[in-house]
Amino acid sequence: MKNIFDEMHAQKGGARTHYAQYQEWLGQMPAATIVQKRAEADSAFHRYGITFAVYGEGEGTERLIPFDIIPRIIPAAEWDKMERGLRQRVNALNMFLHDVYGEQRIIQAGLIPAEQVFCNAQYRPEMQGLAVRNNIYAHIAGIDIVRAAKPGQSAEEADYYVLEDNLRVPSGVSYMLENRRMMMRLFPELFGRYSVAPVEHYPDLLLDTLRQVAPAGVDDPTVVVLTPGAYNSAYFEHAFLAQQMGIELVEGKDMFVHDETLFMRTTQGPKRVDVIYRRIDDDFLDPLTFRADSALGVPGLLSVYREGRVTLANAVGTGVADDKSIYPYVPDMIRFYLSEEPIIANVPTFQCRKPDELSYTLANMKDLVVKETHGAGGYGMLVGPASTRQEIDDFKLRVQAQPDKYIAQPTLALSACPTFVESGVAPRHIDLRPFVLSGKEVRMAPGGLTRVALKAGSLVVNSSQGGGTKDTWVLGK
Amino acid sequence: MLSRTADSLYWMARYTERAENIARLMEVSYRMSLQMHGGGGYWGAALGITGLEAAYSAKHGEISANDVLRFMGTDFGNPSSILSCLKSARENCHAVRGTVTSEVWETINTTWLEARASATSLMQGDVSGSELTKYFEWVKFRSHLSRGVTVGTMLQDEAFHFIRLGTFLERADNTARLLDVKYDDLAPAEDARNEYYEWGALLRSLSSFEIYRKVYRDVITPNRVAELLILRDDMPRSLHACMKEVDQILGQVANARSAETRRMAGRVYSSLRYGRIDDILSVGLHDYLTDFLTNTANLGNRIAQDFLVPMA
Repeated sequence: MKNIFDEMHAQKGGARTHYAQYQEWLGQMPAATIVQKRAEADSAFHRYGITFAVYGEGEGTERLIPFDIIPRIIPAAEWDKMERGLRQRVNALNMFLHDVYGEQRIIQAGLIPAEQVFCNAQYRPEMQGLAVRNNIYAHIAGIDIVRAAKPGQSAEEADYYVLEDNLRVPSGVSYMLENRRMMMRLFPELFGRYSVAPVEHYPDLLLDTLRQVAPAGVDDPTVVVLTPGAYNSAYFEHAFLAQQMGIELVEGKDMFVHDETLFMRTTQGPKRVDVIYRRIDDDFLDPLTFRADSALGVPGLLSVYREGRVTLANAVGTGVADDKSIYPYVPDMIRFYLSEEPIIANVPTFQCRKPDELSYTLANMKDLVVKETHGAGGYGMLVGPASTRQEIDDFKLRVQAQPDKYIAQPTLALSACPTFVESGVAPRHIDLRPFVLSGKEVRMAPGGLTRVALKAGSLVVNSSQGGGTKDTWVLGK
Repeated sequence: MLSRTADSLYWMARYTERAENIARLMEVSYRMSLQMHGGGGYWGAALGITGLEAAYSAKHGEISANDVLRFMGTDFGNPSSILSCLKSARENCHAVRGTVTSEVWETINTTWLEARASATSLMQGDVSGSELTKYFEWVKFRSHLSRGVTVGTMLQDEAFHFIRLGTFLERADNTARLLDVKYDDLAPAEDARNEYYEWGALLRSLSSFEIYRKVYRDVITPNRVAELLILRDDMPRSLHACMKEVDQILGQVANARSAETRRMAGRVYSSLRYGRIDDILSVGLHDYLTDFLTNTANLGNRIAQDFLVPMA
């Protein structure tokens, strides 16, 4: 693809203004120093245990997510617009969830087909008619954003698009925080040259958000982080956030329900729990309501929740709003609930459930990215231009058999950022996941987590598929 | 603090202390067996006080010095070996790594990684007793390091108290057992010379040979050794010193249902605080120690019920 937007270099005229100083600084940096700084970063990440466990790879296998020392820089004006767009989108998504589990006006208005909502595996009938504090469902949202030129556009016409909404248990924020800490430790002089918006207050924002949505009448709520346990791949992040917020990291077995109230077992006897920042999926929350074989949850939790005596963040059933089959409707949600035009656009999406869009998809699959509506983590998708004819033909059969389960999007030329790889510095595709918090108001730390696909030409940035991360700098005005 | 967190901290400390004391037990047994010809009885006694005779003989049959050293030191198949203890300490620490300082976590984790590496080589081929005793030296050293990093870096809050509670309860139990090896099968020794070496080895294994000299400035006699290791309040591994800490910590972490546990600990502590060695010896040291071990076991159970794994 020729129309790849390079975050650092303009197609004509060298480094972009906001990267000029950095490029000059990097040019003066001796190669040996860079090698040494990269090794220092690796060893520090290992020592702090900033790792993720890898499933099925023997006992104690913990890997580092590769960290790249070249930051991704976002100019103030771009972030300004992005922040407004994120606020707008997350507001609309929360209003949609409130509507779906309440009056269902958007369905009556004919904007979203009823079966798309009610036949969705992520729709939770248990939530129907239930009031939640401040009508907020997705307290913590991770919105994946890419910068890309559409087919036919030139690289410099590239714009930001939302690729995906993550409203269940989005992860990665610990890397956003640790990457910044690492950059400040390795290159303090850079922070003298650039005015970089701080992100370190994210844990405070998160705790404040969680306290804001405590059950009515609780003045000084007890907030906890609920983890599946030390063997979960994101356990480091769970422990890290609990520690940063100064609250307990609990497992399901640490809690019990008594007298329609949720308690945790402490050394000072049972203590009431008011807000749970849960990092386990809906299915595992309560064996009495969802999966009976779940040992990770708390029996009876849902009945306490339904009584409004504990807050779950995120709420149960948010998956119905971040499913890929619902994604195409988000711009309509923004218009319907807020009477505004979307500030950040969706990637154009073909829904294979519609016959004409299905036939377009089948005819053009070699140019498209085709995704399963329920897939996640880079699994269950086909990248047309990177696939063989055989792979495409096989995938066509799967789509034809169950068209409802698939959507298709043009293969976007994701923007690329210079990155250290074995052969030196080379452009690699990146995305961005800002973390948006909703309590009484919508807030976020500037920037987010930049993920980078380390394989040349690869568009898949997921850490489970060999992606790395970068520090993300939003510049001061 | 979460009960599960306290439980992990407490057991992390207990397993670390236990590993150190097994190393001490192996050292004293090795020394005695070298000094006394045909000292096989010590190995049997060492297995006896840890309750592992049956497990050992099922695996190895005859008692031999190297087999016992390996079985207790580096054998993964033995859940009470030093290696297994260090693994349990590491797993408990891993579960609460957000609660301890990163230095504590790094120390415990490194100990486990290095122990696993050296155990692999020590389990292969012909390894001399002296090589194994180097490993026991190292285990003791790592235990000192774990304790030092805990005291040197951790906030003295509830987490700290439960770590210390585990350390001292385990140490009280282990000192009593070590003292009991000497008495269990062996007393009285055949002659005065053996007597001297046996008691000397016991004192050395508890890092208290020089302390004995300093305190008594006199020949080694069993009564004084017993007095030093049971009743001296300034001797860091004595039953008195350990129970003083346990009693104090139970006061610091007290909750609504722990009064009876505190009372039990206080009773054991005051019997040490005001006890006399003549009274203890007239009961018989072995009976006295057996009684003490029953008390610490009960105390451990009560601590679990009150703080660590409460029934709702």
